[in-house]
Amino acid sequence: MISANIAALLYLVSGALFILALRGLSNPRSARQGNLFGMIGMGIAIVTTLAVAAPSDWLSWLLIIGGLGIGGGIGAYMARTVKMTDMPQLVAAFHSLVGLAAVFVAAAALYAPAAFNIAHVDPATGHVGPIHMQALIEMSLGVAIGAFTFTGSVIAFAKLNGNMSGKPIILPARHAIHIIIGVALIGLVWALTATGDPLYFWLITILALVLGGLMIIPIGGADMPVVVSMLNSYSGWAAAGIGFTLGNTALIITGALVGSSGAILSYIMCKAMNRSFISVILGGFGGDSGTAAAAGEDERPVKQGAAEDAAFLMKNAGKVIIVPGYGMAVAQAQHALREMADLLKQEGVTVKYAIHPVAGRMPGHMNVLLAEANVPYDEVFELEDINSEFAQSDVAFVIGANDVTNPSAKTDKTSPIYGMPVLNVEDAGTVLFIKRGMAAGYAGVQNELFYRDNTMMLFGDAKKMTEEIVKALGH
Amino acid sequence: MDTIDPFFFQLAIFVLAIFVGYFVVWSVTPALHTPLMSVTNAISSVIVVGALLAVGVHLAADGNWISKAFGFIALVFASVNIFGGFLVTQRMLAMYKKKG
Repeated sequence: MISANIAALLYLVSGALFILALRGLSNPRSARQGNLFGMIGMGIAIVTTLAVAAPSDWLSWLLIIGGLGIGGGIGAYMARTVKMTDMPQLVAAFHSLVGLAAVFVAAAALYAPAAFNIAHVDPATGHVGPIHMQALIEMSLGVAIGAFTFTGSVIAFAKLNGNMSGKPIILPARHAIHIIIGVALIGLVWALTATGDPLYFWLITILALVLGGLMIIPIGGADMPVVVSMLNSYSGWAAAGIGFTLGNTALIITGALVGSSGAILSYIMCKAMNRSFISVILGGFGGDSGTAAAAGEDERPVKQGAAEDAAFLMKNAGKVIIVPGYGMAVAQAQHALREMADLLKQEGVTVKYAIHPVAGRMPGHMNVLLAEANVPYDEVFELEDINSEFAQSDVAFVIGANDVTNPSAKTDKTSPIYGMPVLNVEDAGTVLFIKRGMAAGYAGVQNELFYRDNTMMLFGDAKKMTEEIVKALGH
Repeated sequence: MDTIDPFFFQLAIFVLAIFVGYFVVWSVTPALHTPLMSVTNAISSVIVVGALLAVGVHLAADGNWISKAFGFIALVFASVNIFGGFLVTQRMLAMYKKKG
């Protein structure tokens, strides 16, 4: 047994270690050390809790070891086997678990207030009084956000995993329904704090679960990077709510860190798509509303090339910038792509990669996919760092990306993607564009880049085409 | 003078941590935004401390098996996240290599 003061100090240490874990991510070199700090922080928090509130019976210890073992085993297995393309689903699944854990911890506190120090215990009789009002408020916020995060994440998971259509599903009068549920939630939080009746606790849980699902269902697949980031933020706020209930510094600090982290990522994603956070939340984007593309445009001629042409052009180039998109990952072309880049480098060509913030299905996703294919991270550049370099490069090689290269985002005010920051690929000497066919991109917008004089379309599967180019480069 | 409710000290920690989070997260390189999400997932599972308290409730004294059961469920979920989150982050970070 250690004193509560020592425990508080140790929780503070673990909170500080979590800050260092995030701090390490400012650079790939320090990131691994940061992750280690995070693990140590977690270890300290767990050991401290077991030391300060050591269970006295063997059943509790059995459950604790069993729970850690079962959960840890499942988690380790998932971490080991997940494909990098499926990372957004995994993160969504993890968010849902944080939400659910918050709900269950709050419920446990509700039924055993003495163990959580949130009710007055008469020292003489051992009689447990009603739960403090303040704790009830914190708990109800924690449980509401947690439950919301759970169902929201489950829907996001289903959409990302393809169990559910990525198209926005629009329910009639949904805004009115959301507002009614929201108001009802506030009323129930008030009722719970006034009465302490568990019934209200469960009603809050149920309504928040329903609201989480309803809020995410109308949001289209294109906006999922924002949704995943937003749910990241909510899982943090839920944790912080429980942190207040427990009076635990580590949990409060972590909740604040995660909450602001998710909020910043949502902001970055919204900005990268030129969408306001509100319009993402309201949903409905990314369906078949691509009416802005005039049908007549499709008849314009496009220049078409073969793998040999592409190989010849790039072999003789001084500088090639590769623009990968999610289509590259779907086609599993990243390894062939790196092979191609290696061959080009042997020919003395400078090769760089340009990444749009929404190139993948979650923030930074494309960087992970390239890293997995052994692309060195110092060859990979973010949009704002490389956009001016297209003008000085001979070839822009677009593979599996579309909307993020569309110049009409800069010029066409009627385009749904107008104002979205795009990669200036059209400034390069030649644009090589690998694509299956002439279909529009994710946002349902026709890309006028295809009809430019300096664009050569390479029709085919991204992986096959890249492999053919590799073969042609070998000769 | 009245004594200050501990809540306000907690609130102070919370607000300051939001500021710390704000500055730390902006300094994270965009290339590591995916590991950032997985590691925030892992650390937010420090909610496990609540689960451990609940699992450890003394049945005779607190008389509550409901809390114990809920705590156990929360413990399993949080453990999935802790191990899964840190390990998948480690796996991703190991892939980031410099030119050489």
